[in-house]
Amino acid sequence: MIASEGNFLKFIYFSVVYLYNMPVIRFTKALRRFFPDLRELHSSSESIGQIMDEIDSHFPGITNYILDEQKSLRKHVNIFIDGEMMNDRERLSDPIRMNSEIYIIQALSGG
Amino acid sequence: MKSTVLIGTRKGFIAYEYKNETWELINSSFHGIPVSIAFADERNGTWWAALDHGHWGVKLHRSKDRGKSWEEIVAPAYTEGLEIKPGVKASTKYIWAMAHGGKDYPNRLWIGTDPGGLFKSEDGGDTWQLNESLWNHPTRPNGWFGGGRDNPGIHSIVVDPDDHDRIFIAISCAGVFESKDGGESWIIRNKGMKAEFLPNPDAETGYDPHILVAAPSNHEVLWQQNHCGIYRSVDGGHQWDEVDQKGGPAYFGFAIAVDEKNPDSAWVAPAIGDENRIAIDGALCICRTEDGGKTWKALRNGLPQENSYDLVYRHALAVSGNALIFGTTTGNLFFSNNRGDDWKVISNYLPMVHSVQFVD
Repeated sequence: MIASEGNFLKFIYFSVVYLYNMPVIRFTKALRRFFPDLRELHSSSESIGQIMDEIDSHFPGITNYILDEQKSLRKHVNIFIDGEMMNDRERLSDPIRMNSEIYIIQALSGG
Repeated sequence: MKSTVLIGTRKGFIAYEYKNETWELINSSFHGIPVSIAFADERNGTWWAALDHGHWGVKLHRSKDRGKSWEEIVAPAYTEGLEIKPGVKASTKYIWAMAHGGKDYPNRLWIGTDPGGLFKSEDGGDTWQLNESLWNHPTRPNGWFGGGRDNPGIHSIVVDPDDHDRIFIAISCAGVFESKDGGESWIIRNKGMKAEFLPNPDAETGYDPHILVAAPSNHEVLWQQNHCGIYRSVDGGHQWDEVDQKGGPAYFGFAIAVDEKNPDSAWVAPAIGDENRIAIDGALCICRTEDGGKTWKALRNGLPQENSYDLVYRHALAVSGNALIFGTTTGNLFFSNNRGDDWKVISNYLPMVHSVQFVD
Protein backbone atom coordinates (compact mmCIF):
# COMPACT_ATOMS: atom_id res chain seq x y z
CA MET A 1 0.00 0.00 0.00
CA ILE A 2 2.79 2.34 1.01
CA ALA A 3 4.81 1.35 -2.07
CA SER A 4 1.77 1.94 -4.24
CA GLU A 5 1.26 5.41 -2.82
CA GLY A 6 4.93 6.11 -3.45
CA ASN A 7 4.59 5.08 -7.07
CA PHE A 8 1.55 7.24 -7.43
CA LEU A 9 3.35 10.27 -6.01
CA LYS A 10 6.32 9.57 -8.29
CA PHE A 11 3.96 9.42 -11.24
CA ILE A 12 2.41 12.77 -10.31
CA TYR A 13 5.84 14.32 -9.71
CA PHE A 14 7.29 13.18 -13.03
CA SER A 15 4.11 14.10 -14.89
CA VAL A 16 4.31 17.62 -13.53
CA VAL A 17 7.99 17.87 -14.36
CA TYR A 18 7.37 16.41 -17.81
CA LEU A 19 4.48 18.76 -18.61
CA TYR A 20 6.39 21.72 -17.19
CA ASN A 21 9.13 20.96 -19.67
CA MET A 22 6.79 20.71 -22.64
CA PRO A 23 5.81 23.72 -24.68
CA VAL A 24 2.26 24.79 -23.97
CA ILE A 25 -0.01 26.13 -26.72
CA ARG A 26 -2.80 28.51 -25.90
CA PHE A 27 -5.43 29.86 -28.30
CA THR A 28 -7.50 32.99 -28.57
CA LYS A 29 -11.04 32.27 -27.46
CA ALA A 30 -12.19 33.70 -30.82
CA LEU A 31 -11.27 30.36 -32.40
CA ARG A 32 -13.69 28.50 -30.12
CA ARG A 33 -16.52 29.75 -32.32
CA PHE A 34 -15.28 27.41 -35.04
CA PHE A 35 -13.65 24.76 -32.83
CA PRO A 36 -15.83 24.46 -29.73
CA ASP A 37 -13.61 21.78 -28.18
CA LEU A 38 -10.50 23.93 -28.44
CA ARG A 39 -8.32 23.73 -25.33
CA GLU A 40 -4.78 24.36 -24.20
CA LEU A 41 -2.32 21.73 -25.45
CA HIS A 42 1.06 20.48 -24.30
CA SER A 43 3.30 19.91 -27.25
CA SER A 44 6.28 17.80 -28.18
CA SER A 45 7.15 20.00 -31.17
CA GLU A 46 10.37 21.90 -31.70
CA SER A 47 9.22 24.62 -34.10
CA ILE A 48 6.10 26.57 -34.94
CA GLY A 49 5.80 24.62 -38.19
CA GLN A 50 5.67 21.35 -36.26
CA ILE A 51 3.17 22.83 -33.85
CA MET A 52 0.82 23.56 -36.75
CA ASP A 53 0.83 19.89 -37.75
CA GLU A 54 0.29 18.88 -34.16
CA ILE A 55 -2.67 21.15 -33.48
CA ASP A 56 -4.32 20.14 -36.75
CA SER A 57 -4.24 16.52 -35.62
CA HIS A 58 -6.15 17.52 -32.49
CA PHE A 59 -8.51 20.00 -34.17
CA PRO A 60 -8.77 19.09 -37.87
CA GLY A 61 -8.95 22.12 -40.13
CA ILE A 62 -7.70 24.65 -37.59
CA THR A 63 -4.52 25.42 -39.51
CA ASN A 64 -6.69 26.62 -42.42
CA TYR A 65 -7.76 29.39 -40.05
CA ILE A 66 -4.24 30.23 -38.90
CA LEU A 67 -2.26 29.70 -42.13
CA ASP A 68 -3.06 30.42 -45.76
CA GLU A 69 -2.76 27.74 -48.41
CA GLN A 70 0.90 28.60 -48.92
CA LYS A 71 1.47 27.67 -45.27
CA SER A 72 2.27 31.23 -44.27
CA LEU A 73 0.79 32.86 -41.18
CA ARG A 74 -2.34 34.81 -42.12
CA LYS A 75 -1.91 38.55 -42.21
CA HIS A 76 -4.11 39.26 -39.20
CA VAL A 77 -2.99 36.37 -37.02
CA ASN A 78 -0.11 36.57 -34.60
CA ILE A 79 1.82 33.94 -32.71
CA PHE A 80 3.74 34.89 -29.59
CA ILE A 81 6.55 32.70 -28.26
CA ASP A 82 7.34 33.46 -24.62
CA GLY A 83 5.85 36.90 -25.01
CA GLU A 84 7.69 37.78 -28.21
CA MET A 85 6.04 37.95 -31.60
CA MET A 86 7.38 35.25 -33.91
CA ASN A 87 9.66 36.36 -36.73
CA ASP A 88 9.33 33.96 -39.63
CA ARG A 89 5.73 34.32 -40.76
CA GLU A 90 6.53 32.67 -44.10
CA ARG A 91 8.33 29.45 -43.21
CA LEU A 92 7.38 29.21 -39.52
CA SER A 93 10.92 28.24 -38.60
CA ASP A 94 11.04 30.03 -35.22
CA PRO A 95 12.46 27.60 -32.66
CA ILE A 96 10.74 26.95 -29.36
CA ARG A 97 12.17 25.85 -26.05
CA MET A 98 11.13 22.92 -23.90
CA ASN A 99 8.96 25.05 -21.67
CA SER A 100 7.92 27.77 -24.10
CA GLU A 101 4.52 29.33 -23.95
CA ILE A 102 2.93 29.81 -27.39
CA TYR A 103 -0.05 32.06 -27.81
CA ILE A 104 -2.04 32.01 -31.06
CA ILE A 105 -4.15 35.15 -31.30
CA GLN A 106 -5.86 37.34 -33.82
CA ALA A 107 -4.70 40.87 -34.49
CA LEU A 108 -7.03 43.65 -33.45
CA SER A 109 -8.36 45.12 -36.67
CA GLY A 110 -11.50 46.07 -38.55
CA GLY A 111 -14.87 47.21 -37.30
CA MET B 1 -41.45 36.48 -58.88
CA LYS B 2 -39.33 34.07 -56.94
CA SER B 3 -40.37 34.41 -53.32
CA THR B 4 -37.06 34.17 -51.44
CA VAL B 5 -34.08 36.47 -51.55
CA LEU B 6 -30.61 35.70 -50.21
CA ILE B 7 -28.47 38.58 -49.01
CA GLY B 8 -24.75 38.61 -48.36
CA THR B 9 -23.79 41.42 -45.99
CA ARG B 10 -20.81 42.88 -44.17
CA LYS B 11 -22.05 41.20 -41.00
CA GLY B 12 -23.64 37.94 -42.06
CA PHE B 13 -26.02 35.97 -44.28
CA ILE B 14 -29.69 36.93 -44.38
CA ALA B 15 -32.69 35.43 -46.17
CA TYR B 16 -36.10 36.99 -46.60
CA GLU B 17 -39.29 35.35 -47.83
CA TYR B 18 -42.24 37.14 -49.39
CA LYS B 19 -45.38 36.24 -47.48
CA ASN B 20 -48.72 38.04 -47.39
CA GLU B 21 -47.27 40.90 -49.42
CA THR B 22 -44.46 41.57 -47.03
CA TRP B 23 -40.86 40.43 -46.73
CA GLU B 24 -40.21 38.38 -43.63
CA LEU B 25 -36.71 37.58 -42.40
CA ILE B 26 -36.45 33.77 -42.35
CA ASN B 27 -32.73 33.19 -41.82
CA SER B 28 -29.83 35.02 -40.26
CA SER B 29 -26.52 33.17 -40.16
CA PHE B 30 -22.81 33.86 -39.58
CA HIS B 31 -23.41 36.88 -37.37
CA GLY B 32 -20.64 39.42 -37.59
CA ILE B 33 -18.80 37.68 -40.42
CA PRO B 34 -18.56 39.32 -43.85
CA VAL B 35 -20.38 37.30 -46.53
CA SER B 36 -18.98 38.23 -49.92
CA ILE B 37 -21.51 36.16 -51.87
CA ALA B 38 -24.78 34.52 -50.80
CA PHE B 39 -25.58 32.07 -53.56
CA ALA B 40 -28.32 29.53 -54.23
CA ASP B 41 -27.88 26.71 -56.74
CA GLU B 42 -31.22 26.71 -58.50
CA ARG B 43 -30.70 23.11 -59.67
CA ASN B 44 -30.83 21.56 -56.23
CA GLY B 45 -31.74 24.33 -53.78
CA THR B 46 -28.37 24.28 -52.00
CA TRP B 47 -27.47 27.59 -50.38
CA TRP B 48 -23.87 28.77 -50.28
CA ALA B 49 -22.17 31.40 -48.16
CA ALA B 50 -18.70 32.65 -49.09
CA LEU B 51 -17.19 34.12 -45.95
CA ASP B 52 -14.44 36.69 -45.77
CA HIS B 53 -13.16 36.42 -42.22
CA GLY B 54 -10.92 39.35 -41.53
CA HIS B 55 -8.55 37.20 -39.50
CA TRP B 56 -9.08 33.60 -40.44
CA GLY B 57 -9.22 33.79 -44.21
CA VAL B 58 -11.80 32.94 -46.84
CA LYS B 59 -14.21 30.14 -45.97
CA LEU B 60 -16.99 28.39 -47.84
CA HIS B 61 -20.15 26.95 -46.29
CA ARG B 62 -23.18 25.22 -47.77
CA SER B 63 -26.64 24.39 -46.53
CA LYS B 64 -28.97 21.76 -47.92
CA ASP B 65 -31.85 22.70 -45.63
CA ARG B 66 -32.33 26.39 -46.48
CA GLY B 67 -29.99 27.69 -43.85
CA LYS B 68 -31.09 25.63 -40.85
CA SER B 69 -27.67 24.00 -40.75
CA TRP B 70 -24.40 24.75 -42.52
CA GLU B 71 -21.32 22.67 -43.24
CA GLU B 72 -17.89 24.11 -43.92
CA ILE B 73 -16.26 23.07 -47.20
CA VAL B 74 -12.56 23.45 -47.88
CA ALA B 75 -12.44 26.73 -49.81
CA PRO B 76 -10.73 27.04 -53.20
CA ALA B 77 -7.00 27.19 -52.59
CA TYR B 78 -3.97 27.90 -54.72
CA THR B 79 -1.40 25.15 -54.96
CA GLU B 80 1.67 25.67 -52.82
CA GLY B 81 4.28 27.52 -54.84
CA LEU B 82 1.92 29.38 -57.20
CA GLU B 83 2.60 33.09 -57.45
CA ILE B 84 0.44 36.07 -58.41
CA LYS B 85 3.58 37.66 -59.74
CA PRO B 86 7.23 36.90 -59.11
CA GLY B 87 7.85 36.82 -55.37
CA VAL B 88 4.17 37.18 -54.37
CA LYS B 89 2.57 33.93 -53.26
CA ALA B 90 -0.94 33.21 -54.49
CA SER B 91 -3.67 32.61 -51.95
CA THR B 92 -7.42 33.08 -52.04
CA LYS B 93 -8.10 36.61 -50.82
CA TYR B 94 -11.80 36.81 -51.65
CA ILE B 95 -14.55 34.78 -53.28
CA TRP B 96 -16.14 37.23 -55.68
CA ALA B 97 -18.36 35.15 -57.96
CA MET B 98 -20.20 31.85 -57.88
CA ALA B 99 -22.18 30.04 -60.58
CA HIS B 100 -23.50 26.58 -61.23
CA GLY B 101 -22.25 24.63 -64.23
CA GLY B 102 -25.61 24.03 -65.91
CA LYS B 103 -27.91 21.02 -66.11
CA ASP B 104 -25.51 19.06 -68.31
CA TYR B 105 -23.06 19.01 -65.41
CA PRO B 106 -25.21 18.61 -62.31
CA ASN B 107 -22.25 18.53 -59.92
CA ARG B 108 -20.25 21.33 -61.51
CA LEU B 109 -19.79 24.69 -59.82
CA TRP B 110 -17.59 27.67 -60.62
CA ILE B 111 -15.99 30.20 -58.28
CA GLY B 112 -14.14 33.37 -59.18
CA THR B 113 -11.55 34.77 -56.80
CA ASP B 114 -9.20 37.58 -56.00
CA PRO B 115 -6.30 37.17 -57.04
CA GLY B 116 -7.73 36.20 -60.43
CA GLY B 117 -8.05 32.43 -60.29
CA LEU B 118 -11.14 30.62 -61.57
CA PHE B 119 -11.97 27.42 -59.71
CA LYS B 120 -14.17 24.52 -60.78
CA SER B 121 -15.72 21.76 -58.72
CA GLU B 122 -17.02 18.56 -60.32
CA ASP B 123 -18.29 17.07 -57.07
CA GLY B 124 -20.84 19.55 -55.85
CA GLY B 125 -18.29 21.73 -54.12
CA ASP B 126 -16.47 19.10 -52.05
CA THR B 127 -13.20 19.85 -53.86
CA TRP B 128 -12.03 22.69 -56.09
CA GLN B 129 -9.46 22.85 -58.87
CA LEU B 130 -7.83 25.94 -60.31
CA ASN B 131 -8.49 26.51 -64.01
CA GLU B 132 -4.91 26.44 -65.18
CA SER B 133 -5.47 27.62 -68.75
CA LEU B 134 -6.85 30.93 -67.49
CA TRP B 135 -4.27 31.25 -64.71
CA ASN B 136 -1.54 30.63 -67.31
CA HIS B 137 -3.08 32.99 -69.86
CA PRO B 138 -0.24 34.98 -71.40
CA THR B 139 -1.91 38.30 -70.58
CA ARG B 140 -2.19 37.66 -66.83
CA PRO B 141 1.31 38.59 -65.60
CA ASN B 142 1.40 42.05 -67.13
CA GLY B 143 -2.08 42.72 -68.51
CA TRP B 144 -4.17 42.10 -65.38
CA PHE B 145 -4.14 44.26 -62.27
CA GLY B 146 -6.23 45.16 -59.26
CA GLY B 147 -9.17 47.54 -59.51
CA GLY B 148 -10.47 48.55 -56.10
CA ARG B 149 -8.72 45.50 -54.70
CA ASP B 150 -5.01 44.79 -54.47
CA ASN B 151 -5.14 42.04 -57.08
CA PRO B 152 -7.17 41.25 -60.17
CA GLY B 153 -10.43 39.50 -59.33
CA ILE B 154 -13.08 37.48 -61.17
CA HIS B 155 -16.47 38.86 -60.18
CA SER B 156 -18.66 37.60 -63.03
CA ILE B 157 -19.22 34.06 -64.32
CA VAL B 158 -21.86 33.53 -67.00
CA VAL B 159 -22.61 29.97 -68.16
CA ASP B 160 -24.63 29.75 -71.37
CA PRO B 161 -27.84 27.88 -70.43
CA ASP B 162 -27.94 26.29 -73.90
CA ASP B 163 -24.29 25.30 -74.07
CA HIS B 164 -22.76 24.64 -70.68
CA ASP B 165 -19.25 24.50 -72.09
CA ARG B 166 -19.57 28.13 -73.16
CA ILE B 167 -18.56 30.40 -70.31
CA PHE B 168 -17.93 34.09 -70.02
CA ILE B 169 -16.04 35.63 -67.16
CA ALA B 170 -15.24 39.24 -66.31
CA ILE B 171 -12.17 40.40 -64.43
CA SER B 172 -11.34 43.71 -62.76
CA CYS B 173 -9.02 44.68 -64.22
CA ALA B 174 -8.47 42.63 -67.34
CA GLY B 175 -11.81 42.49 -69.13
CA VAL B 176 -14.13 39.85 -70.56
CA PHE B 177 -13.00 36.36 -71.55
CA GLU B 178 -14.96 33.60 -73.27
CA SER B 179 -14.37 29.86 -73.26
CA LYS B 180 -16.14 27.60 -75.74
CA ASP B 181 -14.70 24.38 -74.41
CA GLY B 182 -15.60 24.29 -70.74
CA GLY B 183 -12.58 26.32 -69.69
CA GLU B 184 -9.88 24.53 -71.67
CA SER B 185 -9.03 27.73 -73.54
CA TRP B 186 -9.97 31.40 -73.30
CA ILE B 187 -10.59 34.15 -75.86
CA ILE B 188 -10.38 37.85 -74.98
CA ARG B 189 -13.64 39.70 -75.67
CA ASN B 190 -12.80 43.36 -75.09
CA LYS B 191 -13.40 44.85 -78.54
CA GLY B 192 -15.26 48.14 -78.32
CA MET B 193 -14.63 48.84 -74.63
CA LYS B 194 -12.87 51.92 -73.31
CA ALA B 195 -10.25 52.01 -70.60
CA GLU B 196 -9.82 55.73 -70.00
CA PHE B 197 -7.51 55.08 -67.06
CA LEU B 198 -4.91 53.28 -69.17
CA PRO B 199 -2.07 54.99 -71.02
CA ASN B 200 -3.13 52.94 -74.04
CA PRO B 201 -6.93 52.97 -74.14
CA ASP B 202 -6.89 50.34 -76.89
CA ALA B 203 -4.91 47.81 -74.88
CA GLU B 204 -5.64 44.10 -75.27
CA THR B 205 -6.50 43.75 -71.57
CA GLY B 206 -6.71 45.97 -68.50
CA TYR B 207 -10.39 46.89 -68.89
CA ASP B 208 -12.67 47.20 -65.90
CA PRO B 209 -16.06 45.58 -66.39
CA HIS B 210 -17.69 46.00 -62.98
CA ILE B 211 -20.23 43.27 -63.72
CA LEU B 212 -21.16 41.11 -66.71
CA VAL B 213 -24.67 39.70 -67.18
CA ALA B 214 -26.27 37.74 -70.04
CA ALA B 215 -29.87 38.33 -71.09
CA PRO B 216 -31.80 35.25 -69.93
CA SER B 217 -33.93 35.28 -73.07
CA ASN B 218 -31.11 35.66 -75.59
CA HIS B 219 -27.67 34.51 -74.57
CA GLU B 220 -25.94 36.35 -77.37
CA VAL B 221 -26.95 39.61 -75.69
CA LEU B 222 -24.50 40.55 -72.95
CA TRP B 223 -24.61 43.64 -70.76
CA GLN B 224 -21.96 45.13 -68.55
CA GLN B 225 -21.74 48.02 -66.17
CA ASN B 226 -18.17 49.10 -66.73
CA HIS B 227 -15.92 51.55 -64.94
CA CYS B 228 -16.09 53.61 -68.15
CA GLY B 229 -19.80 53.50 -68.94
CA ILE B 230 -22.42 50.90 -69.78
CA TYR B 231 -21.86 48.41 -72.60
CA ARG B 232 -23.97 45.94 -74.53
CA SER B 233 -23.06 43.25 -77.01
CA VAL B 234 -25.58 41.56 -79.30
CA ASP B 235 -23.13 39.05 -80.75
CA GLY B 236 -21.81 37.16 -77.76
CA GLY B 237 -19.13 39.64 -76.82
CA HIS B 238 -17.43 39.94 -80.20
CA GLN B 239 -18.23 43.65 -80.26
CA TRP B 240 -19.19 45.90 -77.35
CA ASP B 241 -21.21 49.08 -77.87
CA GLU B 242 -21.38 51.87 -75.34
CA VAL B 243 -25.03 52.45 -74.42
CA ASP B 244 -24.89 54.79 -71.44
CA GLN B 245 -26.70 58.07 -71.03
CA LYS B 246 -24.80 61.09 -72.25
CA GLY B 247 -25.24 63.82 -69.66
CA GLY B 248 -27.52 61.67 -67.50
CA PRO B 249 -27.05 59.55 -64.43
CA ALA B 250 -26.79 56.19 -66.24
CA TYR B 251 -23.05 56.06 -66.72
CA PHE B 252 -20.94 55.04 -63.72
CA GLY B 253 -21.99 52.35 -61.28
CA PHE B 254 -21.42 48.74 -60.36
CA ALA B 255 -24.62 46.73 -60.72
CA ILE B 256 -26.76 45.77 -63.71
CA ALA B 257 -29.79 43.51 -64.05
CA VAL B 258 -31.36 42.31 -67.30
CA ASP B 259 -35.03 41.56 -67.86
CA GLU B 260 -35.86 37.86 -67.99
CA LYS B 261 -37.95 38.15 -71.18
CA ASN B 262 -36.73 41.23 -73.02
CA PRO B 263 -32.99 41.36 -73.81
CA ASP B 264 -33.28 45.08 -74.53
CA SER B 265 -34.52 45.90 -71.04
CA ALA B 266 -32.08 46.44 -68.18
CA TRP B 267 -31.56 48.34 -64.93
CA VAL B 268 -28.47 50.01 -63.51
CA ALA B 269 -27.72 51.74 -60.20
CA PRO B 270 -25.87 54.99 -60.97
CA ALA B 271 -23.29 56.63 -58.71
CA ILE B 272 -20.83 59.45 -58.88
CA GLY B 273 -17.70 58.02 -60.44
CA ASP B 274 -15.13 57.31 -59.84
CA GLU B 275 -13.46 59.01 -56.90
CA ASN B 276 -16.58 59.63 -54.77
CA ARG B 277 -18.79 56.58 -55.27
CA ILE B 278 -21.95 57.83 -53.61
CA ALA B 279 -25.44 58.61 -54.91
CA ILE B 280 -25.47 61.40 -57.47
CA ASP B 281 -26.46 64.73 -55.85
CA GLY B 282 -27.44 62.80 -52.73
CA ALA B 283 -30.45 61.39 -54.59
CA LEU B 284 -30.67 57.64 -55.06
CA CYS B 285 -32.10 56.29 -58.30
CA ILE B 286 -32.23 53.21 -60.47
CA CYS B 287 -32.18 53.74 -64.24
CA ARG B 288 -34.09 51.55 -66.68
CA THR B 289 -33.85 51.14 -70.41
CA GLU B 290 -36.40 49.35 -72.55
CA ASP B 291 -34.65 49.86 -75.87
CA GLY B 292 -31.22 48.38 -75.53
CA GLY B 293 -29.71 51.45 -73.92
CA LYS B 294 -30.79 54.06 -76.48
CA THR B 295 -32.77 55.84 -73.76
CA TRP B 296 -32.77 55.61 -69.98
CA LYS B 297 -35.37 56.60 -67.40
CA ALA B 298 -34.45 57.47 -63.82
CA LEU B 299 -36.71 55.72 -61.31
CA ARG B 300 -36.84 57.55 -57.98
CA ASN B 301 -40.29 57.06 -56.48
CA GLY B 302 -39.84 55.77 -52.95
CA LEU B 303 -36.06 56.20 -52.89
CA PRO B 304 -34.28 58.83 -50.75
CA GLN B 305 -33.82 62.00 -52.76
CA GLU B 306 -31.64 63.98 -50.40
CA ASN B 307 -28.62 63.27 -48.22
CA SER B 308 -28.20 59.76 -49.61
CA TYR B 309 -24.76 58.21 -49.53
CA ASP B 310 -26.00 54.88 -50.84
CA LEU B 311 -23.91 52.92 -53.32
CA VAL B 312 -25.11 49.66 -54.88
CA TYR B 313 -22.39 47.04 -55.16
CA ARG B 314 -22.02 44.90 -58.27
CA HIS B 315 -23.93 41.84 -57.03
CA ALA B 316 -26.53 43.79 -55.06
CA LEU B 317 -29.25 44.38 -57.70
CA ALA B 318 -31.49 41.54 -58.89
CA VAL B 319 -34.61 41.08 -60.98
CA SER B 320 -37.24 38.36 -61.00
CA GLY B 321 -40.27 38.86 -63.24
CA ASN B 322 -41.45 42.40 -62.62
CA ALA B 323 -39.81 42.50 -59.20
CA LEU B 324 -36.49 44.10 -58.35
CA ILE B 325 -34.50 44.19 -55.15
CA PHE B 326 -31.35 46.08 -54.36
CA GLY B 327 -29.24 46.62 -51.27
CA THR B 328 -26.80 49.42 -50.56
CA THR B 329 -23.56 50.14 -48.77
CA THR B 330 -25.46 51.96 -46.03
CA GLY B 331 -27.67 48.98 -45.26
CA ASN B 332 -30.84 49.94 -47.07
CA LEU B 333 -32.81 47.25 -48.88
CA PHE B 334 -35.43 48.31 -51.44
CA PHE B 335 -38.07 46.36 -53.34
CA SER B 336 -40.20 47.14 -56.39
CA ASN B 337 -42.98 44.99 -57.78
CA ASN B 338 -43.53 47.11 -60.88
CA ARG B 339 -40.21 47.11 -62.70
CA GLY B 340 -38.79 49.91 -60.62
CA ASP B 341 -41.54 52.49 -61.07
CA ASP B 342 -42.16 52.49 -57.32
CA TRP B 343 -39.93 51.38 -54.46
CA LYS B 344 -40.63 50.26 -50.91
CA VAL B 345 -38.21 49.84 -48.05
CA ILE B 346 -37.62 46.30 -46.78
CA SER B 347 -35.06 47.43 -44.21
CA ASN B 348 -33.05 50.53 -43.34
CA TYR B 349 -30.95 48.76 -40.74
CA LEU B 350 -28.97 46.08 -42.49
CA PRO B 351 -25.20 45.91 -42.59
CA MET B 352 -23.53 46.92 -45.85
CA VAL B 353 -25.06 44.76 -48.58
CA HIS B 354 -22.67 42.80 -50.81
CA SER B 355 -25.05 40.59 -52.79
CA VAL B 356 -28.70 39.81 -53.40
CA GLN B 357 -30.21 36.86 -55.28
CA PHE B 358 -33.80 35.82 -55.92
CA VAL B 359 -34.40 32.11 -55.36
CA ASP B 360 -37.39 29.78 -55.22
